[in-house]
Amino acid sequence: MRAFYGTELPNPLMLGTAQYPSPAILEQAFRASGAGVATVSLRRESGAGQTFWSMIRDLGVLILPNTAGCHTVKEAVTTAHMAREVFGTPWIKLELIGHTDSLQPDVFGLVEAARILTEEGFQVFPYTTDDLIVGERLLAAGCEVLMPWGAPIGSGRGLNNEYALRAMRAEFPDVPLVVDAGIGLPSHAARAMELGYDAVLLNTAVARAGDPVEMARAMALAIQAGQLAHHADPIEARDMASASTPVIGKAFLS
Amino acid sequence: MTLWSVIGAGVAGLAVATELVARGASVQVFDPSGPPGPHGCSWWAGGMLAPWCEYENAEEPVLRLGQQAIAWWAQHTAVTRCGTLVVANARDLPDLRRFARRTDGFADVNHAEIAALEPDLTTFSKGLHFPDEAHLDPRRALSDLYRGLIDKGVAFHRKPAPAGLANAIDCRGLHAREVLHDLRGVKGEMLVIRAPDVALTRPVRLLHPRMPLYVVPRSDHVYMLGATMIESEDSGRITARSMLELLSAAYALNPAFGEAEVLEIGVDLRPAFPDNLPRIRRLGRTIYANGLYRHGYLLAPALAQGVADLALSNTHTELVDEDRA
Repeated sequence: MRAFYGTELPNPLMLGTAQYPSPAILEQAFRASGAGVATVSLRRESGAGQTFWSMIRDLGVLILPNTAGCHTVKEAVTTAHMAREVFGTPWIKLELIGHTDSLQPDVFGLVEAARILTEEGFQVFPYTTDDLIVGERLLAAGCEVLMPWGAPIGSGRGLNNEYALRAMRAEFPDVPLVVDAGIGLPSHAARAMELGYDAVLLNTAVARAGDPVEMARAMALAIQAGQLAHHADPIEARDMASASTPVIGKAFLS
Repeated sequence: MTLWSVIGAGVAGLAVATELVARGASVQVFDPSGPPGPHGCSWWAGGMLAPWCEYENAEEPVLRLGQQAIAWWAQHTAVTRCGTLVVANARDLPDLRRFARRTDGFADVNHAEIAALEPDLTTFSKGLHFPDEAHLDPRRALSDLYRGLIDKGVAFHRKPAPAGLANAIDCRGLHAREVLHDLRGVKGEMLVIRAPDVALTRPVRLLHPRMPLYVVPRSDHVYMLGATMIESEDSGRITARSMLELLSAAYALNPAFGEAEVLEIGVDLRPAFPDNLPRIRRLGRTIYANGLYRHGYLLAPALAQGVADLALSNTHTELVDEDRA
């Protein structure tokens, strides 16, 4: 398994902590799924979410603070500094929004912010598109993980461009890759793992489900299934039937 | 006869005092800030009595206990029973469908039906009408409870309750954190505006993936716009982003909101327990009633009844989660 800045994830589900009906349900969703990483947003809490943050710390999982809601390099860098102070981790999910409606990342600012932060000793998890060249630039900027989107944040559309995600996996065989954003169903998450991705990051699909706890468990099971399937070397799809048992010599019954 | 001391004159304290008095108990109230006012978070509430809408993102007790609230409040203050209208722009219709799936007590309404209910909402093709919901003016409600208690001879002491008081009922919200360690503050920001060109008669909720908004009509074209929900305990100021989002959402509802005067900006912290449900706890000689979260007016009656049941007849209703008398 590819390690994330030297850390092997206990479980390839990275689960967000926003939008749950209550912190109690959030906690149950983590317990039920065994998620290995909790992502947490700092931007909107502006340094005063102490009680909520200590609840997140008490989950006992790895914490990946994010820069959700940041639109400029400066904002993202400032938020990353705050995150390091609050959570005492060099990990930062770098999110730099370029477009209000699609929440599409601003990949130019992303590369710039990634360079600044890695030079300052951060271990950057960049939320990016599925563009190979942007991926290369992020690696050149010092990132050792890439997190391409499946679809726009919160859209629940699944893997919009499976071809591009597959190409990314092939292009960066040694880099830990995470599908981040766009997951709506467990089947989407399973598919990402079948493609050979190392983890899946999701939030809305669980937090806004009718039963977040059951959906968290479903996601974890699907991710596990996809991961097992990838390692089990699945068969290739083919056009014609291929009988699983020989038909020649069978008794003629009808 | 036992004299009960209610500490805190916000919606929780006043409702508890009112319920105790209604059951024949003798009550006094302590609040160093004096009568209800901007110092308490219930001053800044929306005043929606909307158990079916709230159930979309809350647990079952909110729906069940909240349904008792309308009748309780109607005994004490003016309650407007016009229902609630929930709308979404065409691009956000998946959110409207999800909302509908998660709750009940509504009828689907189309463009013409929305216009018939609220002639000033002309841009929405689909909505949900919750006919049995109601709303009240929170400040009038607080004042009516306060006057009602004064009329019944309840003494209000403008000072902190003396230490070691027997038969105390602590309804201090977030101020009770030194005892209730699992209580947290959830920041809410709201605006009060006057929009002479907009006439709405019932609370309207606009669904949006990032900035859901509700507008609650008060009298004289005054509207409360609310409310953000932020896991933060900074009650200092509204952020520019929140204000921008609240006003943009109102503008999307009806562009005439763009001409409104901004009368007030409110920011406060809602007291909440980890499951966002209220709690009654008896610890020693004090009963704590707290954690109304965003359901101050919706759940204060159930909280008050639960406290009265525990205090007067030692009955444990479902909101009691700890009793170490």
